[in-house]
Amino acid sequence: MISIRNLQKSFGKLRVLHGISLEMHPGQVVALIGPNASGKTTLLKCILGMVVPDSGLIEFDGKAVNQEVSYRKYIGYMPQIGRYPENMRVRQVMKMMIDLYPDGAVIDNELANAFSLHSMDQKFMRTLSGGSRQKVSAVLAFLFDVPVLILDEPTAGLDPISAEILRQKILHEREKGKLIIISSHVLSELEGIATDILYVADGKVKTYQPITELLEETGTSHTREAILEIMNRHAGNN
Amino acid sequence: MQVTIKIARYTLLDLLYNRVTIFYTFFLLGVSLVIFNLDDNVSKGILSLVNIILLIVPLVSIVFATIHMYNSSEFIELLLARPIQRTRILVGHFAGIATALSTAFLVGIGLPVMLYAASATGITLIAAGWLLTLCFVSIAMLAAVTTRDKARGIGIAILLWFLFTMIYDGFVLWVLFAFNDYPLERPVLVLTALNPIDLARIVLLLKIDISAFMGYTGALYKDYFGTAKGMIITTSVLLCWIIIPMYLAVRKFKRRDI
Repeated sequence: MISIRNLQKSFGKLRVLHGISLEMHPGQVVALIGPNASGKTTLLKCILGMVVPDSGLIEFDGKAVNQEVSYRKYIGYMPQIGRYPENMRVRQVMKMMIDLYPDGAVIDNELANAFSLHSMDQKFMRTLSGGSRQKVSAVLAFLFDVPVLILDEPTAGLDPISAEILRQKILHEREKGKLIIISSHVLSELEGIATDILYVADGKVKTYQPITELLEETGTSHTREAILEIMNRHAGNN
Repeated sequence: MQVTIKIARYTLLDLLYNRVTIFYTFFLLGVSLVIFNLDDNVSKGILSLVNIILLIVPLVSIVFATIHMYNSSEFIELLLARPIQRTRILVGHFAGIATALSTAFLVGIGLPVMLYAASATGITLIAAGWLLTLCFVSIAMLAAVTTRDKARGIGIAILLWFLFTMIYDGFVLWVLFAFNDYPLERPVLVLTALNPIDLARIVLLLKIDISAFMGYTGALYKDYFGTAKGMIITTSVLLCWIIIPMYLAVRKFKRRDI
């Protein structure tokens, strides 16, 4: 579904992505992990076309993403730090996003209801707390019933109850056979959600394999331990 | 196209909300009403308005449009992850800001002029001011996509305004002095035509018929810009000043990382 070939990106002299190649398919829940500043967010933004790569190719369903933008209607995106028009009310932002979605939007209000977002409908975006903003971001990402979800640190700043609601929602979407990419530092929250681990460091893919394989290889029984094992292995190499 | 219009509409609503455009409208309206009521001589009133149009309108347009582009960075970011072409995002913003400022100008200056001085001169004045508004909104779009830093962006916008209103004239004067042994009428004509504010000034002064005070050059200008062909060229140069900065801004914006 998403195929990336030899992706390169530098910000000035800083090389962020250093030849990334990989394939992702429907039904996968890819846990994107890696140290800070390893290029995770940049990789996700490249897929979304927000960052323009220096070279390399990204294909969505066999079509290069730099050709046209319509592929983005199949992606729900939750940014790490959601920035919204400060003078708009929560309700207005929601209405605007629906209004700007191309024809035939199937609205999914499940998460909005679970977060009881209507209780802050009339609040201005500028008055929202960090956690409430995250909730808005999450609701927007799941607002349309789309085949691909890209979640950049989804639970950062959410209270435990909301984080659990979001987790249930991700599991629910996983059952529908969607491709979900989650970038996260909270290893325990990936437990039971992720099907594959994508470990990125220094702008390169260090490990990309199914969790079942990984558990066998490392001889552990928990995703968390397996991930730590990989991270240590690569840290030892440096 | 539909998406562009939607974006323009959201931009326009946001602008109406922050009241600066309304203040600008009443400011222009107040100034023109005062000018027309102070003196019975309508031509004098028009002449005073020319100065406002050549200085204040470009300044407000460029600074206001630049600030608005930085203030809507969140909105732009939100749109970028959606299936919307970058060209449309920028053109939509341009259309929204241009509509707001054009309305302010047409109500603030256009309405009084049509009431007190509805003549060919008056109409030229309105057309020139309106085109200048669009030019400077377009230049502002370029300034705003050039840098991420809001303060620097606004600095660039003010500097550009300075360039077109003062520095450029200084440069033309310098050329006149440095090469005054040569016949300069035509080169200077071309040089002035390259600056939208100078161009608007010449056209307006010619219409008001005080070009006699401008000596030989004035006569040449009259020969040139006074004709229908001159009008077409003037309009095309001003249109270029709307299209080219906007085109460059779109090109830059397409390569930008968010």
